[in-house]
Parts: sequence; C-alpha cells; structure tokens
Amino acid sequence: MISFEHITKVYSNGVKGLEDVNLCINDGEFVSIIGLSGAGKSTLLRSINRLIDVTSGNITVNGTSITKAGKSELRKIRRHICMISQNFNLVKRSTVQMNVLSGRLGYYSTIKSILGLFSKEDYQRTVEALEQVGLSDKLHTRSDELSGGQQQRVSIARTLVQQADIILADEPVASLDPVTSRKILSDLQDINRRLGKTVIVNIHSVELAKEFSTRVIAMKSGRIVFDGTPEELTEEELIRIYGKSFSAEQAEAKL
Amino acid sequence: MKLQDTIHYSWYKHLFLVLILLLCLYGSISVTDADFSEVISGADQIGVFLSRLLHPDFSYLPKLWGPLVKTLQMSVTGTVLGMIFAVPFAFLATHVVTRNHVLTAIIRFLLDIIRTIPNLLLAALMVAIIGIGEVTGVLTIAIFTFGMVSQLIYEAIETIDYGPIEAAESVGANKIQIAFWSIAPQVIVQIASYTFYALEVNVRASTVLGYVGAGGIGVILNSSLALFQYERVSIIILTILVVVAVVDSISEAIRRRLA
Amino acid sequence: MNNSNETAASAAFRKQHTQRFLAAAVILLIILWCAAGIDYSGLAAFSPQMGLEVLRGLMKPKWSFVYDGSGEDLASLLLLTIGIAFLGTAIATILALPVTLLSASNLWRSCPLVARIGKFVCNVLRAFPELVYAIIFVKVVGPGPFAGALAIGVHQIGMLGKLYTEEMEAMDETPVEAMHAVGAGFWQTMFFARVPQLLPIYSSLSLNHFEIAVRSASTLGLVGAGGIGAPLIFAIQARNWDQVSIILLGVVLTVFVIDTLTGLIRKKLR
Repeated sequence: MISFEHITKVYSNGVKGLEDVNLCINDGEFVSIIGLSGAGKSTLLRSINRLIDVTSGNITVNGTSITKAGKSELRKIRRHICMISQNFNLVKRSTVQMNVLSGRLGYYSTIKSILGLFSKEDYQRTVEALEQVGLSDKLHTRSDELSGGQQQRVSIARTLVQQADIILADEPVASLDPVTSRKILSDLQDINRRLGKTVIVNIHSVELAKEFSTRVIAMKSGRIVFDGTPEELTEEELIRIYGKSFSAEQAEAKL
Repeated sequence: MKLQDTIHYSWYKHLFLVLILLLCLYGSISVTDADFSEVISGADQIGVFLSRLLHPDFSYLPKLWGPLVKTLQMSVTGTVLGMIFAVPFAFLATHVVTRNHVLTAIIRFLLDIIRTIPNLLLAALMVAIIGIGEVTGVLTIAIFTFGMVSQLIYEAIETIDYGPIEAAESVGANKIQIAFWSIAPQVIVQIASYTFYALEVNVRASTVLGYVGAGGIGVILNSSLALFQYERVSIIILTILVVVAVVDSISEAIRRRLA
Repeated sequence: MNNSNETAASAAFRKQHTQRFLAAAVILLIILWCAAGIDYSGLAAFSPQMGLEVLRGLMKPKWSFVYDGSGEDLASLLLLTIGIAFLGTAIATILALPVTLLSASNLWRSCPLVARIGKFVCNVLRAFPELVYAIIFVKVVGPGPFAGALAIGVHQIGMLGKLYTEEMEAMDETPVEAMHAVGAGFWQTMFFARVPQLLPIYSSLSLNHFEIAVRSASTLGLVGAGGIGAPLIFAIQARNWDQVSIILLGVVLTVFVIDTLTGLIRKKLR
C-alpha cells in the first residue's frame, strides 16, 4: 500500500509540482494517472521511489516512510519498486542479459556486482523473464539493435527479475505506435492480474487509461481533480480535467 | 551452469585484450627504464620547482611585450602564408575537382606525409636549413598550417552539395570555373573558420617553437629555463596562457558569427 | 509604403556591405602589419647552393643506421619512442579517471564546488607545454626516456581529464536513473550504467592521445627526455643530412603506421 500525506513539491525555480496531495493506493490496483503535460503526473510518480525529493509531507510504502528513509533503507525500499519509462532507460551498449540482470543490483553488494558474480537463480530468473516477454533468443544481443517495442519489453523483463511488488511506469508507451502500445499495456495488465502487482501508469491517452486500468486519477496543476473507476470518468469530467479544448483533441486522437 | 549463459560469455576476448594491454605496458616500462620510486624520491625537486613557479617575477612583464607581439605577428603571417597554399592543394586533393583518382591520391599522400612531421622537428629542420631567425618560425608555422588545414578543407569539400556542380557542368563550365563558382562559395565560410582555428593552434605552438631558435616568446622561455630562472618561466607561461585564452575567445567569437 | 520598404532594404544592404568591406580592410591591415613586423634578415644568410646541398643529403638516407644491433640505431630508438608514448598515455589514462570522477559536475550535484576544483586542476595541468614538464622531470628523475613518459603523462592527464569529463557530462542519464530506481548504489550505477556507455568513447580518446603522444615523444629528446629527438637534433646540428633523412623517414613512417592502426581500431569501436 502506498499512501501520500499532504505532499507538496516546489522546484528550485519556484514551480509548484505537487500541492497538498493526499492519496492511498492499495495493493493489486492498476492505476492510470492522466492529465495535461506539466500537471504533475511525472512528479507524483517519481516521488514514490524518491527519484524526486518532495518538499513537505510524508509518503509511506508498505508502512515504511520513504521520504524519511536513510540511504540503505532507501535502497531496500527501492528493491520493491520498479520503474519503466518512456525512453526505456536501457544501457544501449550493453547486452539484453546485462540490462535485465541489472534489475537485481539492489540485492548485491557493490564488489560482487562489479565483478559480475550473479547467482545461478538470478540467471534463471533472467531467462524466465525474457521468455515471458517473448525475447528468449535475444539474450546476448546488444540492446540498441532492438526495435522500440522490444526495448520496452526488455525493460519490463528487468522489472520482472526485480520481483518488485510495485511497478511504476512513466509514459511507457509515449514513443511507441498504437499496436505496440496496446501490447505493452496488456503485458502490464497481465502482470497485474496474474502476479497481483500494483501498477501505476502515467499515460496521455485517456482511451488506453480507461481500457486497461481499474482506477483513474486525474491531475491538474499539481492537484488531484478526479479519482475513481474508469466508468465514472464521464465526458463532463474530462472537460473539467482538460478544459474545453478536450473534445477537439479527443476527436483528433481518434482519427 | 555454463559460462556461455552468463554475462561473461565472451570472457576470453576480454582476457586477451587485457593481456595485450598489460604486455604493452610491461614492454613500455622496460624499454623506458621506468622506476616510479624515483618520482617519489625526487618529489622535493618538484616542490622546489612549484614553489618558485608560484612566485612569478612580475617586474619582468614589460620586457615580454616585444617578443609577445613578435610571436603574434609570426603566427598571423605564418597562418596566412600556409592558407594561401593550403586552399589550392585542398581543391586538388578532392575527386570532385580533379576527376582524377591518381592525382588526388598522390596529393593526399603528400599532405599526409607533411602532417606526420611533428612541428618541433619541422622547426629544428628549418632552423638547420635556413638558419636561426623569425622567418624560420614563420615558414615552420606556414608548413604546419598547410598540412593541418588542407586536410580539413578537403574533407569539407567532400561533404558539399553536388547539385550546383552538375548545373555548372551542364552549361559547359571547365574545372577551374567549377572550382570557383560552384565549390568555393559552399566552403568559403568553413575555410574562414578553419583559418581562425589554425591561428589558435599556431599561437599555442609558436610559444614552444622558440625553443629551437625559431623566434618569438619561446626564445626567452628557453633561455629562462636554461638559466633556472623559474620566477621568469612562471611569468612567461602565465603571459602565454593569457594570450592563448584571449586569442581563443576572439577566434571562437568570430567563428561562431561565421557559422 | 512599398518604396520606403525598398529604400530601407537597400540601406540595410548597403550598411552590411560597408561593414563587410570595413572588416576585410581591418583584417588585411592586421595581416600587413604582422608581415611587415617580421625580421627577414635571416633569409639573406640562405643561399640556394646550401639548400641544394641539404636536399642532396636528404635524398640519400643512411640505410646502415636502420639497424646495427648497438641499441643506438633507428629501430631501437623508434621502439623507445613508441614505448615513451605508450607509457605516457597509459599513465595519463589511469590518472585521468579519478580526475574525471572529481570534475564531472553530474556526479557532484549536491556539491558543485568539487567539480569546479577538478576542472581547475585539469586546466592548470593542460596549461603547461609538454616541453616544460619534460624539463621539470629531467631534473626529478634524471635525463632519460622515463622523464619523457612522465612529461607526456602529466600533460595528458589534463587533456584527457577534460575530454573524459565532457563525455561524462554529456552522457545519457536515463539508464542512471533506472539503476537508482532498482536500488543500485553509486559504484553499481557507475559500472552498470556509465562504464558501458563511456568505455568505447574513452578508449577512442586514449588511442587518439596515443597518436599525439608518439609525435610528442619524438620531440622531447630535445631536452634530454629520451627518444628519437636527441639523435635527430645532433644530426641536424652536425649537418649529417643522410642521417637526418633516415631518422625523419623513420619518424614519418612510424607516425603514419600508428595513425592508420589506431584509426582502424577507433572505427571498430564505434
């Protein structure tokens, strides 16, 4: 369970990223966060594993406060949260295997991991994870030789070996075509349903958000303006979130 | 579990590379008689050196003005002279201009050879042939510029748009006309930019050219070093640093405007 | 309306034209002043016969110098020169890495001062010409090739440190974030996200500086720092043109071969 208590984030240039956000996300939910660019979606997501330090308030993950955690404690909490992002965040010159294995780094001491002494089980996990995303034959391929969709699947495999309970996905499909996008999201949905992992996705497409998630949260200038099931997200609500221009945009997106 | 299945699947390649590098390192240490303990035992020497370098003799500054101006004059003259020869040779080194593979290959080979001679050796050679003097420095800089810039220019010419050349050919222009009207306008800005770049490099280089008697501020740097006047060495190096920085920023500003 | 526009345009055009003309005139004047300031008297001492004599000597390389087993021949001196260059670049590469760790500002976000100090160190190291370092090290470790290697090494720490730092700061930070997100520590991030990205670039830069070092190593003999430089200078001073010729041939060939080889390796690294 992730809970936000009065979270505020002010960037050093004075821009308010989040303003008094209170939120509770239960285990096993598939949450989509929607809203315009700059509404604070990314800030919200990144504050969960403290890639961004919040200005005030408290975030707890499974009962431990991440905002107050020390260095080693933070490492321990981060093991349980994994992250997928728009540009896949792969080390392009490394092999697929290396990238997937790096998901286990949180469990190794510095010396062991630098010498590359990974355990047999972790190699096995890597193979299984790649099987699950359908890339078993690419073990020793360099990541930059793969297509965009394949790279995103490698980053999903990395989250699988990490065996985290929470998956954060920051615009995971923003740079992919519609067909691949759907494939990636259904992979995530599958992980959510079968393995019971909490998935939190930032997404631009309202349509995809409605289709895949169990809960939708909308943000507007750093505040949560909608929180409910996809069915509750009506046309009127969307206009409230996106402003009047929404219907035109929606029409364009459907074309 | 087999090694092929791990991230060390190509370990023999890495091992081989590391072995080769270690072998080279061992070889270089043994041929140069390197003994790193000497550095530590000689550390007090470095300390003496540094402490004297840290006290520049500012009273010497006015006497630096003359040689400094001379260094700049030599650099500019040498650069211009080098450019005058570099441009036509660069044109001859491209197939677009000559339409002759043999000619371009020969010219490029000559340019490559000229570029491989380290500039200090070039200066020493010129001093031996012409004698000590400022002209020697100018000629050295000219030859050095020639080698460096001609390559940059011919590489620039190879990336131009061939459309205008075809257009000129279709109206019956000869090779020289094509070079002047179709190619030169496309690379003129780059040539100007390279000239300033060469000037930067040359100002740096001309400070050491004096070491072999080729004139400029290097001559007094050399004599101060030879007489162990490190307070003077320090002020000379400081002055050179300032001048190089000024020339760098001026030429960078001009190059940015040209681009 | 149209008319005034045209006159404005032509005025601007004329103004630009005048500016260009002025700039060209100023540059020309500077060049003339510089050319006029040079002392050409040195040229008077030069006679065509002398030049011809030199050329004739240069045309007859002294082949017997190539190898005579004494250890003072061209082959062993060239090998020594390459050795100096390699050791110098190796020292520089090894020591430039910690300097880079200090001076890359993306590693010191919470404490930018450290990065600024690191960069300052690089700039100072780079500022002194290799020749000056060579003179210092000849004093410290005595004349010989090791002094040359140290001179090249220390000078190149500054050069490589600066270039390494620039690459480190320009690198793609997204994998670094991914490593942080899985709970990796500083060194784990270094070895799993940064090193794989930077290794080929750093190798290429070091190889490039090895090329440069070979050129430097062949000149440092001027101050007693070993290599082919000293015999060359002696030969020039003694006007042994046949010897000068063979040494120059050797240097040019060595530099050429090394440039070609490293060029090939660097192309492969990409």
